[in-house]
Amino acid sequence: MEILKIAISAMLVNNFVLSRFLGICPFLGVSKKVETASGMGMAVAFVMTLASVITYIVQYAVLEPLGLAYLQTIAFILVIASLVQFVEMFIKKSSPSLYEALGVYLPLITTNCAVLGLTILNIQEEFNLIETIAHGIFASIGFSLAIILFAGIRERLAIADVPKSLEGAPIALITAGLMSIAFLGFAGLV
Amino acid sequence: MDFNSLLKPIVSLGGLGLLFGSGLAVASRVFAVEVDPKVEQIRDALPGANCGACGYPGCDAFADGVAKGEAPANGCPVGGEEASSKIADIMGVDAGSSEKKVARVLCSGNNSKAKEKLEYTGIKDCKAAAMVQGGSKSCQFGCLGLGTCVDACNFDAIYIEDGIAKIDPEKCTSCGACLETCPKDVIGWVPYGQDVVVDCNSKDKGKEVKNGCSVGCIGCQLCVKACPFDAIEFEDNLAKINYDKCENCMLCAEKCPTNAIWANFENRKKAKIKEDDCIGCTICAKKCPVDAIEGEVKKVHKVDEEKCIGCGVCEEKCPKDAIEMK
Repeated sequence: MEILKIAISAMLVNNFVLSRFLGICPFLGVSKKVETASGMGMAVAFVMTLASVITYIVQYAVLEPLGLAYLQTIAFILVIASLVQFVEMFIKKSSPSLYEALGVYLPLITTNCAVLGLTILNIQEEFNLIETIAHGIFASIGFSLAIILFAGIRERLAIADVPKSLEGAPIALITAGLMSIAFLGFAGLV
Repeated sequence: MDFNSLLKPIVSLGGLGLLFGSGLAVASRVFAVEVDPKVEQIRDALPGANCGACGYPGCDAFADGVAKGEAPANGCPVGGEEASSKIADIMGVDAGSSEKKVARVLCSGNNSKAKEKLEYTGIKDCKAAAMVQGGSKSCQFGCLGLGTCVDACNFDAIYIEDGIAKIDPEKCTSCGACLETCPKDVIGWVPYGQDVVVDCNSKDKGKEVKNGCSVGCIGCQLCVKACPFDAIEFEDNLAKINYDKCENCMLCAEKCPTNAIWANFENRKKAKIKEDDCIGCTICAKKCPVDAIEGEVKKVHKVDEEKCIGCGVCEEKCPKDAIEMK
């Protein structure tokens, strides 16, 4: 039951992009095509899930026993950055086709605040390990959902008759705002 | 001062850093992927536009293909001779020459020449317009002129003039993005420097063409009869120039009753016989397809400039190189 609550909360009610406004950079940057958007979504899902597990271990095995909770941010960034590097090497060796598909988005995740936000939220909400993993998975599904929906809309916007002054980024921002308002409709569900 | 409060974070964070760092160092050894050093060198010789004209997804993939021997050294149409000779050097093979081809909009039915069958007020995009009864032009094969190809071109080589798209052959890099996006398939490949082109894409019968457009190919085949080199073929009621055979003599364009064949008459050359070198062998007079050369045996020949079409056959055949095209 708890897991279901986390799932709905992370995917819809507190969607990372549209409600918490985390990870806006890739949301706007790589959402011009559905194909690349889903590639980014996959890469983020991969890193988010792994990062939430490892930061959980770092938090409760290293930082808390030593009373160093105030070093959380810098320690987590260290974890995420090395993790992304490692994942990149691993995928390059084990599955070149997946590496090709993810392309440049993989290293970009290093500085993605959605990942750091997720790991810090995990600690704040005092989740246990299972809940942490569930939160990571569903938060990244929520991220993918938002970015793929947005990419679908932008593909259509590209051929729509948008007023000259609103073409490109302005209409994308307006669309993002409208999507965020739409997702507000889920508020109070959990 | 409590040194412990300093020591702990330094040691723990430093330890974590060291742990991850050495982990990554080990990982980079374990998961090292051997890359052919040639790939990098070839990559540097390419233009780096990642346009995909070579058939590979981007310059990196093409460089990879060349290094593996799958792609030809002259496979990059954008880089041209320069890039292919560099790549050939790296690979140690002959470049082979690649004749440059450029994209061309095979339609001259602009606003004044092609009739409209309906008034289109929808999205300014050829793909969208083509979905509504095949667009506003009464000819279903023609250029709609709404500029979808202009947006697709990464090199600013396409512009819209008088309701149809035009491609600047100087700027075209043969990447093929416009051919891909055009919903009418009205863009085709033409050799760079080709001076005669059938600027019509209509596969309709003559009468229908005539009703919709004043510069369409009506299939009269006058050009086929006019061509001295058998370079024009007919397919689907439409004249097609075989560019391998065409000598750019422009006779077909002169004969075409609807001006559907475009020719760059400014570039038309005339044969000139160098009187000092001509030995009067009569070969040129025999070979001339329009009988523009006259002269008696062992006497200097003369070219009738009125008749000469500048095809260059005589220049090729002259055993003494006494003819030049000007």
